[in-house]
Amino acid sequence: MKVVFLGASRGIGRALARLMAERRDRIYLLGRDPRDLAKCAHDLDVRSEDEAVAGYGRADLAEPESFALAFDEAEAALDGLDAVVLTAAAFAPQEELELDPEAARRLLEVNFTGAVLFCEEARRRLLARGGGKLLAFSSVAGERGRKPVVLYGATKAGLTAYLEGLDHKFRCRGLVVTTAKPGFVKTGMTAALDPPPFAGEPEPVARRILEAFDRGAPVVYAPAPWRWVMAVIRQLPRAVMRRVDF
Amino acid sequence: MARALRGWGGASAPGREIRGEDLERIAAGAVLTRGLGRSYGDSALPPPGVEEVAGSVLADRIIGFDGDSGLLEAEAGLTIGAIERLFWPRGWTFPVLPGTQFVTLGGAVAADIHGKNHHVDGTVGRHVERLELELGDGRRVACSRRENEDLFRATLGGMGLTGHILNVAVRLQRIPSPWVWAESEKIPDLASFVAALRAAARDWPFTVGWLDALARGRRLGRGILIRGRWAEPGEGPPEPPGPQRRLAVPLLLPGWVLNRISVRAFNAFYFRRHPRTVKRGIVHPESFFHPLDAIRDWNRIYGRRGFTQHQCVLPENERPGATTRYLEALTASGLGSFLCVIKDCGPEGEGLLSFPRPGISIAVDLPLKRGTQALVDELNERVIAEGGRIYLAKDYLTRREHFQAMEPRLARFAEARRRWDPERRLASAQSVRLLEPLEAAA
Repeated sequence: MKVVFLGASRGIGRALARLMAERRDRIYLLGRDPRDLAKCAHDLDVRSEDEAVAGYGRADLAEPESFALAFDEAEAALDGLDAVVLTAAAFAPQEELELDPEAARRLLEVNFTGAVLFCEEARRRLLARGGGKLLAFSSVAGERGRKPVVLYGATKAGLTAYLEGLDHKFRCRGLVVTTAKPGFVKTGMTAALDPPPFAGEPEPVARRILEAFDRGAPVVYAPAPWRWVMAVIRQLPRAVMRRVDF
Repeated sequence: MARALRGWGGASAPGREIRGEDLERIAAGAVLTRGLGRSYGDSALPPPGVEEVAGSVLADRIIGFDGDSGLLEAEAGLTIGAIERLFWPRGWTFPVLPGTQFVTLGGAVAADIHGKNHHVDGTVGRHVERLELELGDGRRVACSRRENEDLFRATLGGMGLTGHILNVAVRLQRIPSPWVWAESEKIPDLASFVAALRAAARDWPFTVGWLDALARGRRLGRGILIRGRWAEPGEGPPEPPGPQRRLAVPLLLPGWVLNRISVRAFNAFYFRRHPRTVKRGIVHPESFFHPLDAIRDWNRIYGRRGFTQHQCVLPENERPGATTRYLEALTASGLGSFLCVIKDCGPEGEGLLSFPRPGISIAVDLPLKRGTQALVDELNERVIAEGGRIYLAKDYLTRREHFQAMEPRLARFAEARRRWDPERRLASAQSVRLLEPLEAAA
């Protein structure tokens, strides 16, 4: 599989890229920091015995104008394109965002506008080739309005709705969209937070998501129990949600 | 909810671990970096009054691998298990394999770990070519046998107290196949055990023994000797070993589950189950090298109060009978040990505080309860009298005066620390317990 991957340098994205490299998918890495990408490329190269990484280039969700060029270079290096993976996003604790409107604006733009425009670029490129697969990371935070993730959750709710619409409209034309909804996973992104029950580790979470992506599942929760946790939370009356702190 | 950091045996301290992919950034200003937290006692816990340590597990990128020389360079959070999974099928192994695969490179260097091949290959330090550290003051330095040698030697076995280990360059070893040929044999008593370990060491790269720590008198030191080697191509299955299924202990067991009777029964059962003849054959490398990993979270069997381990090495060559006297002190206490491991050690390594030295190493698990502190004190006095030493990665209850009495090497370690961490920014709960006043006075 020839894959363009934005977000392989950290967290679940790193674990997912390794799984793909170890089974010898061809990957083109996109990210903000080329020096960091070079290190990730080395890591994936050793893990795949120099077969996985086709190259790397700069793309930033905060700069949607960077996407077209990044995809041009990626498609040339891969000599094709079968799949696009987007795991990158911004995160900050709700309290910080409330105090800093500029930080809030950045997070909203990166996680919604940037992510959606990146997927739009992927959609055009994949459909032009007759179809393909798109995996994008939303979050369980987008399932309900919740106190600790008011802003972050709103961006993910928007992204989830967009990805669902994309899947409904284009699956018949060969574009298979998978929305990953990680629950709490112990990564650098969540390092400042208290892990709740059912907190996951990056590798098993990545394994579950990759398996669902390979199957073409439209939605995957990981770790698995979060599917049932969220099924309950979605049903909770607002009066209850207003009282609890999660 | 107050957060706590734990050692593998259940020792805890209030605090939290800051994890991140960029270890250099998160280690800046931290008193200690923690790996997977498999040290049994308080080695990876912050000192009193400090509530944060850096966590290395997400900093786990491979920087490079040379397929000719076997030199692997990686960030400190890469685990031995991950290295095995990647490199066993390619005909390479990590040179020193401890009882668990859940050890980071940084942790392996900090404890200067040893394995079943210590009598042949020494500790992991012998295979380390170069380290990159972030010092307590934030400076980044490299060290090796040619560059900053004192820092290199103080860091091997230095329990993370010389600097935050960022990158490790270590030489992997070629293996003929990823499977293991193993043999095991019943041994009737301790004298036979010491002799059998020495005999096996001449022909086998891997040796270790399990002891029934509750057997007394004539049967003192009875157990099972295990020896092995990498299988030749064709001896084992053609495919590389797959992942092993693991059982798990889902909950903390109540404290009464492990009592004198149940532990005695388990040990006797384990001994009797083994056939009288030598058992031999091809085994999965994980079950051979990492028997402890067969049951996930096995530390929970000790319940809420947890356990500690007393691991020491005794100079059996210079003081014949040292091991017998140690085991007699242990069995006389009646405090059950579920697990007791015996291993003969080869020459001392380069690390200034590296644990192994020539002699016999014994490791016993001890549930934490009334009487455990007194037993550890007694065992440590035995160790001092015999001229042995203890393993810091397992220790939780040793007293400062005991440790300092068994470690004449401390002065050189303290000197290296003064040079590389003059403001004493790095510390652990264990270093405060065992080292600080001596060094402050020096």
